[in-house]
Amino acid sequence: MSEAIRADALTKAFGRTQALNGLDLTVHTGEVHGFLGPNGAGKTTTIRILLGLLKADSGTARLLGGDPWRDATDLHRRLAYVPGDVTLWPNLSGGEVIDLLGRLRGGLDPRRRDDLLTRFDLDPRKKGRTYSKGNRQKVALVAALASDVDLLILDEPTSGLDPLMEEVFRQVIQEERDRGRTVLLSSHILSEVEALCDRVTIIRAGRTVETGTLTELRHLSRTSIEAELTGPIDGLATLKGVHDLHAHNGKVRFDVDADQLAPVLRHLGEAGVRNLISQPPTLEQLFLRHYEATR
Amino acid sequence: MTGALKLLLLILRRDRLLAPLWIIPLALLPAGYAASINELYPTAAARQSYADASAAMGGLTALYGPVYGSGLGELTAWRAGFIPVIIALLTILTVIRHTRTEEEAGRRELIGATVVGRHAGLAAALLAAITTTTACGALTTLVMIGQNLPATGSLALGAQFAATGWIFAAVGGVAAQLTQSAGTARGIAIAALGAAYLLRVAGELGTEALTWASPLGWITMTRPYADNRWWTITLAAALTAALTALAVHLSARRDVGAGLLPDRLGPATAAPTLRSPLALAWRLHRALLTAWIAGFAAIGAVLGGIADGMSRLTGDNQQLHDMMARIGGTDAIADAYFASMATLLGLAAAGYAVQATLRLRAEETGLRAEPVLTASVSRTRWAAGHLAFSLLGTAAVLTTGGAATGLAHGLTTGDLAHQLGRVTGAALVQLPAAWVLAAVTVALTGLLPRLAAAAWGVLALCLVINLVGALAQLDERVMDISPFTHLPKVPAAPVTTAPLLWLTALAAVLTATGLYGLRRRDIPVT
Ligand SMILES: Nc1ncnc2c1ncn2[C@@H]1O[C@H](COP(=O)(O)OP(=O)(O)OP(=O)(O)O)[C@@H](O)[C@H]1O
Ligand SMILES: [Mg+2]
Repeated sequence: MSEAIRADALTKAFGRTQALNGLDLTVHTGEVHGFLGPNGAGKTTTIRILLGLLKADSGTARLLGGDPWRDATDLHRRLAYVPGDVTLWPNLSGGEVIDLLGRLRGGLDPRRRDDLLTRFDLDPRKKGRTYSKGNRQKVALVAALASDVDLLILDEPTSGLDPLMEEVFRQVIQEERDRGRTVLLSSHILSEVEALCDRVTIIRAGRTVETGTLTELRHLSRTSIEAELTGPIDGLATLKGVHDLHAHNGKVRFDVDADQLAPVLRHLGEAGVRNLISQPPTLEQLFLRHYEATR
Repeated sequence: MTGALKLLLLILRRDRLLAPLWIIPLALLPAGYAASINELYPTAAARQSYADASAAMGGLTALYGPVYGSGLGELTAWRAGFIPVIIALLTILTVIRHTRTEEEAGRRELIGATVVGRHAGLAAALLAAITTTTACGALTTLVMIGQNLPATGSLALGAQFAATGWIFAAVGGVAAQLTQSAGTARGIAIAALGAAYLLRVAGELGTEALTWASPLGWITMTRPYADNRWWTITLAAALTAALTALAVHLSARRDVGAGLLPDRLGPATAAPTLRSPLALAWRLHRALLTAWIAGFAAIGAVLGGIADGMSRLTGDNQQLHDMMARIGGTDAIADAYFASMATLLGLAAAGYAVQATLRLRAEETGLRAEPVLTASVSRTRWAAGHLAFSLLGTAAVLTTGGAATGLAHGLTTGDLAHQLGRVTGAALVQLPAAWVLAAVTVALTGLLPRLAAAAWGVLALCLVINLVGALAQLDERVMDISPFTHLPKVPAAPVTTAPLLWLTALAAVLTATGLYGLRRRDIPVT
């Protein structure tokens, strides 16, 4: 499988702030790739480097087989970008912005444009200054999605959308994937990532901390166990893979690494179990674990 | 008014560089007039004949207001009669910038969400503008006292300047409530100023009642150094209070971000021509360019219209007349006048050049460059769209100003065929110097983007050098800093191409350097 995006060991500093600190990112052609990380982790910075807007201090980046800095103009014909902060020209209507950006990139599909306008319920006649945040985002989304491009780079595209529009967005992205387009989706909405993404990359403080399919990531995570025991139990705390153990009145509560589940259950069984609740890791927990470690 | 004080401090802090840029030159200007009047008309008799001749000239009194005395103070105050109009204009721009522009950019929502009172933004902007104009007035008073002019009259002159600022700050405050667009609000307030000015001119030319209908009209009745009438200042304060109350009332009736006048809808699809960075730049620049062209046409008409009278007026000063005639013959006085007016037009056009070029930077910091630069538009092409306006737009502005001056002068003297071309040419000679200012702005934007606004400082320096430098007898090396110093004094002197060529070359090099920096640096740098 070929790679639409490949970044290796990117670093970027803004004055004294080290925004990126050895970031790796690989996006395969044809996949929807989730890009996650707490505020200030460096997602927007990475995306701007991939777009040739910022120059990385060190590391390498390849995009659609080209150099994002040197070949920017040519590469941009084959991609569309929705920024995290969409600002529009106050005196241009939404429809004008959509058409202009599409034409600059080499043309857009008028049928697809009208279809998207209807589905996103967007009035293209309003002036840029009169749109709400969500509607500004829709203008940028329609402009990007109506262009015939290979790669979509979306930086928190749904942060201003209402739940109904969020649903439309998911459908549209699924259609895009079915057409074989590659999508890099930076997002804080985990259900969205879970619903759309084939693979995800989690970054923290400018560094990649996890990357893989959702199943792989789940596998890396821990299951929570709550058990009521019939007899005393020893040595649970020292077992490999057991974390956060609380024992009280013959009840135990702990988290266990996925690959150590079997031996731990065996150990519990030997002590005698009256009742057992096991909770598979939610993505939320998975992400929160990475997010929280920032502090 | 919770938080208004905090916002006021924030605004004053944000303007701490910009405000002095206009306060100081404007406060120094009357002292410059006093010095030159003193030099040209040293005796009471000379001043009396200057005053009589000026009063007899409709064009001049229309521009500056009535002549009401022949003392040095009275003549200086009269000659400074256009300054209140400039103060009013700058105050309007300040108020709109801190109210409607903030809202348009969505920054008011941010601040509105924190605990500030509903009208705090408006109150803070008005207070800031009033503080600024009062400072300008106070400085004027001090400078005039420093010129050994009577303290009471100097105070009245300063108060006149300040009070005009107060009124038009409030006018700006009202206009800011009306529309959603800062541009339209600015247009409404400036139209009000234009109307007030036209009423004053009409009042001067005949119907005195019209003078009373215009704040710019009755404020001239302060008559500094002659009568020092303080009631005009009281009236101005009352009008300011009334307009402020109106603005607050309107502000209470609308939502943050919304305007009282409805916003019109735009087209659902773009016109076929909207398909290039240049076409986008045209949409972003056309209002600004049109306003400047209209302004230059109006100023040119006034400058050209009074030229003939002006040179005859100077002619009444026998000594000056002889000197001028010795240097250049009969047309020499008019030509010297046109040469100095051309410098004035050139400096003003450089203001447009800087303003238009800074749009590039505003697009970047407003994050509106990103969508264009990621839509297969190279940085050079993106910048070129805007630079077309800062370079060719400046040429258009200067041509308009020169042609309007030449046209008006040609029509008053009945010598249109001869005057139109040479006066337009005199204005166009300024173009390379104005380009240098645009190019300095490009270079700063490309290499030191955070300091791009310092281009205004460079322009202010040129203003000081070329407007008061000769009077203040600045060192020649200091004078040489300004590109305008090097231009031939056309039409009083023949056109020499060398300075025009090297100034153009300098502009080209600076522009190229800026573009080189722009292509290599991060975007956006915020
Ligand atoms: N132009 C800049 N100048 C200075 N610092 C910057 C600049 N841009 C980003 N930073 C800093 O770099 C770090 C990474 O910022 P970035 O915007 O990439 O984060 P992010 O992951 O997109 O965050 P968010 O989820 O809030 O959008 C932050 O600490 C930010 O303050
Ligand atoms: Mg971001």
